[in-house]
Amino acid sequence: MQKILEVNNLHVTFTTYGGTVQAVRGVDFHLNKGETLAIVGESGCGKSVTVNAVMRLIPNPPGKITKGKILFKDQDLTELKEKRMRAIRGVDISMIFQDPMTALNPTLTIGTQLKEGVKQHHSISDKEAEKRALEMMKLVGIPNPEERLKQYPHQFSGGMRQRIVIAIALICEPELLIADEPTTALDVTIQAQILELFEKIQKVTGISIILITHDLGVVAKIADRVAVMYAGKIIETGTKREIFYNPQHPYTKGLLHSVPRLDRKEKLQPIEGTPPDLFSPPLGCPFTARCPFAMEVCDKVYPKTVNQSDSHEVDCWLQDDRAKKLLTTAVKDK
Amino acid sequence: MFKYILKKLLMMLFTLWIIITLTFVLMLSVPGSPFNSESSSNEIVQQNLEKHYNLDQPIAVQYVLYLKSIITLEFGPSIKQPNQTVNDLLGRGFPISAELGLVTIIVALISGIAIGILAALRHNRIIDYIAMGIAVLGISIPNFILATLLIQQLAVNWSIFPVATWQGPLYMVLPVLALATGPMAIIARLTRSTMLEVLTQDYIKMAKAKGLAPWKIIVKHALRNALMPVITIMGTLLVGIMTGSFVIEQIFAIPGMGKYFVESINHRDFPVIMGTTVFYSSFLIIMLFLVDIAYGIIDPRIKVNKKEGEE
Repeated sequence: MQKILEVNNLHVTFTTYGGTVQAVRGVDFHLNKGETLAIVGESGCGKSVTVNAVMRLIPNPPGKITKGKILFKDQDLTELKEKRMRAIRGVDISMIFQDPMTALNPTLTIGTQLKEGVKQHHSISDKEAEKRALEMMKLVGIPNPEERLKQYPHQFSGGMRQRIVIAIALICEPELLIADEPTTALDVTIQAQILELFEKIQKVTGISIILITHDLGVVAKIADRVAVMYAGKIIETGTKREIFYNPQHPYTKGLLHSVPRLDRKEKLQPIEGTPPDLFSPPLGCPFTARCPFAMEVCDKVYPKTVNQSDSHEVDCWLQDDRAKKLLTTAVKDK
Repeated sequence: MFKYILKKLLMMLFTLWIIITLTFVLMLSVPGSPFNSESSSNEIVQQNLEKHYNLDQPIAVQYVLYLKSIITLEFGPSIKQPNQTVNDLLGRGFPISAELGLVTIIVALISGIAIGILAALRHNRIIDYIAMGIAVLGISIPNFILATLLIQQLAVNWSIFPVATWQGPLYMVLPVLALATGPMAIIARLTRSTMLEVLTQDYIKMAKAKGLAPWKIIVKHALRNALMPVITIMGTLLVGIMTGSFVIEQIFAIPGMGKYFVESINHRDFPVIMGTTVFYSSFLIIMLFLVDIAYGIIDPRIKVNKKEGEE
């Protein structure tokens, strides 16, 4: 399979008055053509920063990509000049934001906002841009598009606005779509509709999608592969199946346990504690303080990445052969 | 929209009537009459004069005559300079005052907005600090002090600009500077703060994600939203510029309306007070009305809300 995006050892920091926040601390992942990768994790773990870094939309100052490579079709985005990057944004890589209520400019018509992207990147007439805008409106399922194009964002519901945001993102036919919590601000029925729209669009255009979410239900619905992030690192990646049925990292397990289930009468098991302070992140595994299986080594050295299968990678000391022996004896003793 | 404008117009007429009546009452309650200063005239001459100007009539009659003169726009001759009518004075003074006011507003708006944007884009950097320092000075220094300082330095000491009067573009520089600095500073501060807020909005990030050029993002997406508060305070600023122009016209000996207005009050020149007041207030009311309309044009949400409220 062809890799469309490969992120290697990405570090992003933010300089503040209180010190330097290491928001992303060495993230590696890749995305194949036509697949959907979900990045999950709790608030503040660096999901959004990671994808904003891919778009080079981290405000500098205070933010900065300090290390690492972002290879998009074998081109390192971190080295591109701002002007070259602008030619990629919206054309090759597009982004959708969390809150459709604020992502559209209240003073411009939907038509203007749809058309300006295509007009910026392709030298086409207003008429052609309008035609393209109408096609997009139809694709995302907005009724009477001709009339709707002349309206302003406040004349649309939240779900409709998110459809428009998606249409805007897709109008230049990008190869990669980054969706930063696209359904978080919507109610459940609209969420389902938007997710179906993503599936439909992927089928029609073959676009690759990076989906950021903390909703495992969303992941289960549309992701092909999942990357679990914690405290600025990706601690486990695998196919959806591997992550849901065979999670290896205690944090991933914890996440799955903390999803309420209707079919079982168990008490919900939250992950106790809070994530570490990223002003001074721990040397070892950042999850140590909350991990029920923590060992002495966890606190001191960050674990090596272990391959469970070709697609399944985990950063955890429990995967070490020595730990496995310990664990089996511990279980027997119980 | 038509219904809304009609309602506004009626309200404006009502406001104007209140201003006219108040001016009338205030005019009468000020001690003294137009003929007091002329010590040479004896009592009979004074009585004849009062009769001529209908000042011997009962107050109610005077009020009606007064309203009539306003409705017909015939304010009659000035008492102090009987060879000129009020309409002559207005016709001569207004173009000059309008020129001064218009140039001032344009200068204040353009420079204020430009400084505001620049400061916002260089937030917490040297340009921002300098711009805001100037803005604070501009707000705190009264225009008549600034005017005298400007005359002292630029006209007297360095002789770059003429000291006073109104005879061409070069003569405009100092009075416009003196008059525009205050509003400019207010606009700059306001533009900066709203710009800073707007720049953090999601739709700006979205515009960046579309790959738009930075100037396009600022002009098309940010500025339009950032200018709403500026438009809102335009009405107040207009009032400020207008009252400021009374003083500035005096200092620079500009033969505008402000000069006639101030002089007419000093001399109790009733027809001129009336004429200038009515003129100034209707001008101001119309400007405020235009600001209201402009607000609706720039922000589509407002127009629609009003429509919905009416229908």
